[in-house]
Amino acid sequence: MFLTSAKKLRELGIIGMNQRNFGLISRYNPRHLYPLVDNKLKTKLLAQKAGITVPRLLGTVSYQHDVRTLGNILKPHAQFVIKPVKGSGGKGILVITEHHQNQYFKPSGEALRLIDIERHVSNILSGLHSLGGKPDTVMIESLIQLDPVFSDYSYEGIPDLRVIVFRGYPIMAMLRLTTHASDGKANLHQGAVGVGIDMGTGAALHAVQFGNPVSHHPDTRKTFAELSVPHWDRLLQLAAACYEMTGLGYLGADLVLDRDQGPMIIELNARPGLSIQVANYAGLAPRVAQIEALATINPEPHERANFSKQKFSVSAKI
Amino acid sequence: MQSNFRFYFLVVLILSLGIGLTLYKHFALGFPLLPDDKKSVWTIEARIDFMARGDPVVVSFALPPQTPNTIFLEEDFASPDYGFAELQSANGRRAQWSKRTATGQQTAFYRLSLYETDSISPDMPVPATDLPPDLIKPEFDELHRTAAITLLDQVRSRSANAEIFTRELITTLNTSMPSQNQSLLLSERASEDYKTQLIINLLALEGISSRIVRGLFLEDGRRRQSLTNFVEVYIDDEWLLFNQNNGKTGKPKDFLIWQRGDLSLLDVVGGRNSQISFSIIKNIQPTRNLVLRDNLHKQAGIVDFSIYSLPIEQQTAFKMILLLPIGALIVVVMRLLVGIRTSGTFMPILIALALIQTTLLAGIVIFLFVVGTGLLIRSYLSRLNLLFVARISAVIIVVIAIMASISIISNKLGLDQAMTVTFFPMIILSWTIERMSVLWEEDGPREVLIQGGGSLLTAIIAYLFMTNRTVEYLTFNFPELMLVNLAIILVLGQYTGYRLSELYRFHSLEKQDVSDQR
Repeated sequence: MFLTSAKKLRELGIIGMNQRNFGLISRYNPRHLYPLVDNKLKTKLLAQKAGITVPRLLGTVSYQHDVRTLGNILKPHAQFVIKPVKGSGGKGILVITEHHQNQYFKPSGEALRLIDIERHVSNILSGLHSLGGKPDTVMIESLIQLDPVFSDYSYEGIPDLRVIVFRGYPIMAMLRLTTHASDGKANLHQGAVGVGIDMGTGAALHAVQFGNPVSHHPDTRKTFAELSVPHWDRLLQLAAACYEMTGLGYLGADLVLDRDQGPMIIELNARPGLSIQVANYAGLAPRVAQIEALATINPEPHERANFSKQKFSVSAKI
Repeated sequence: MQSNFRFYFLVVLILSLGIGLTLYKHFALGFPLLPDDKKSVWTIEARIDFMARGDPVVVSFALPPQTPNTIFLEEDFASPDYGFAELQSANGRRAQWSKRTATGQQTAFYRLSLYETDSISPDMPVPATDLPPDLIKPEFDELHRTAAITLLDQVRSRSANAEIFTRELITTLNTSMPSQNQSLLLSERASEDYKTQLIINLLALEGISSRIVRGLFLEDGRRRQSLTNFVEVYIDDEWLLFNQNNGKTGKPKDFLIWQRGDLSLLDVVGGRNSQISFSIIKNIQPTRNLVLRDNLHKQAGIVDFSIYSLPIEQQTAFKMILLLPIGALIVVVMRLLVGIRTSGTFMPILIALALIQTTLLAGIVIFLFVVGTGLLIRSYLSRLNLLFVARISAVIIVVIAIMASISIISNKLGLDQAMTVTFFPMIILSWTIERMSVLWEEDGPREVLIQGGGSLLTAIIAYLFMTNRTVEYLTFNFPELMLVNLAIILVLGQYTGYRLSELYRFHSLEKQDVSDQR
């Protein structure tokens, strides 16, 4: 059985690509708000203004001739992340975890020289990773420290939490765990493990890799049965607050847990993908319908988070 | 809901406009819906010969009437040194050649080419706009009169109405074993004209109006033909045509009615021994060309203000442009319904356009070769740390160089097919290479294969549709079908169901659903 029936998917409430583009994105996301999330620098400033924790900005490079200053910017920092400001889907992100003299080490242990990093930055500036190949800016951020809770569930990378926020209400969440196959990136189609999370408790529900169910992390062999996301309430509230921050009715918030600073937002997405439904083994449609049926949107993010906790919890239903 | 209603109203409006115009062109103007629709065009030449005596000469010749279902393409009148006029009268058109003096053998030609349309049923009787003249009692001598009355009595006893009566009368006259009466009436002088006149007279005796009809049986390659007589009878307010040799009603197929009523076919003043003979040639032509010529001639608005009125060169260009919407429709279907990923939304259409010029197989080979080589060179360029615009420009130059080399080398090798590489749009190829290359670096070769394959598959399907003869014909000759296409695309744009690929993407959910129950 390679194909399932449309009827089956409808019963499960799965939202397809056409439905997402038509019924969610074009209806709830005004075009003029896109730059707020497509530009990660703007997102960062917005979040800071709203009092939301974000990774610290170490520096930016905007022009090709500034690439020479890169060495000076990087010198004081042992660990950092280089990102294209307008990149999408985790493209063009370079993580450096160690720094000796002229040697920069990736999480995998691969060593780079400054000239390699300069080329990477130059590529980003030429628009290699940006939407539509437009000229881009490079931002350098502090590295997020892996929370020990996840140390057994990730391989050479930081897991992140994707929360779908619909009209301010978090409706579905998925933890993305890095694996060897994904090259330390939290990107599902590259082989990261997607773990559906119970909205009520933050506990793991199901896990998939490449669309197939898995019960253990493929590299660390830890079972997901014991996995539960800490600071769950705070994470949901942060996600819910992104609605006021951006005005986008349908967005995907990417959050991480930092060992020292706790929950923070790293990225927002105006066109979040649909794989989250596979990881949760549940469709978005019923939850979207429930929110659409609400007469008014509660202006308090934490109340919206509580509402979602009660309504969309799997364990509550049982 | 209100906006939804407005949307579907718009769609239905566009749809019915498109279909309506198409149907109008098909039914009212006769444009065929299929490219292979062909018609026989008859070219009839009437040759008039006579000896002139040196006096003023006037030749008057009856011309065939135009009927709704025969279209005259061309009429030529040729006769050296003769003045010519076409005269219109209540009794039909006549051609008139005239000359002050002429001596010796003279010839005049009349040539007509025509075809029959099937927009109106060919069997439809002629509406009786022309009422029959008052009956004139025919004059028979005593002997014939008795024979005629006896014959009519016999026929009348076997028939119920005028139509059956006429048919019976004709068959009786044509029987192979004539009775005494028939033999007497027909006598030995049973020429065609005599027989026609006899039938008309007998019918008149019975009180039925009738007239002679002369016509030509259209048969390919016939020479020295003459007109055949038919009898048209006025029954129940309409004229019915009867074959005087077998009594069958209705106009036979491929029969051209030349003249109605008892007027002369040919009058020659100032000449003698006049003769007329017809020769007939048939040729087959695409219906579309005939209809188009006829309508351009008539200046039908919808045709006059259309692509046909453009110079041929622009028409050819439009032939191509009008195919684009078909390609767009294919892309929409493939992306929204099937869910195939392509690199660049409309690149497949441009590849398909190039494939049309190069033929399918050669085109695919060339495309893969250019893109493959381009990717190799591009992977080197990416190591040079070039700025984006410079890099894509460099790729364009590389693509042109590859195309030039393919052309030159294949020319030397005598492979004409590969010369068509120039039909591929260079800029588009360069963009394809650039995108694929970035895709390769970011998502790996698998994604390149998926998107490249998706683009090529879409292009091939679009190509197959766009080169389909019927599609090509319809898009060019019925541009209004574009509106139908537009309506379909508008509706597809509202499709929010699952894509075919999503049935695969989410297929693991089904398994889990079962395990969940445990």
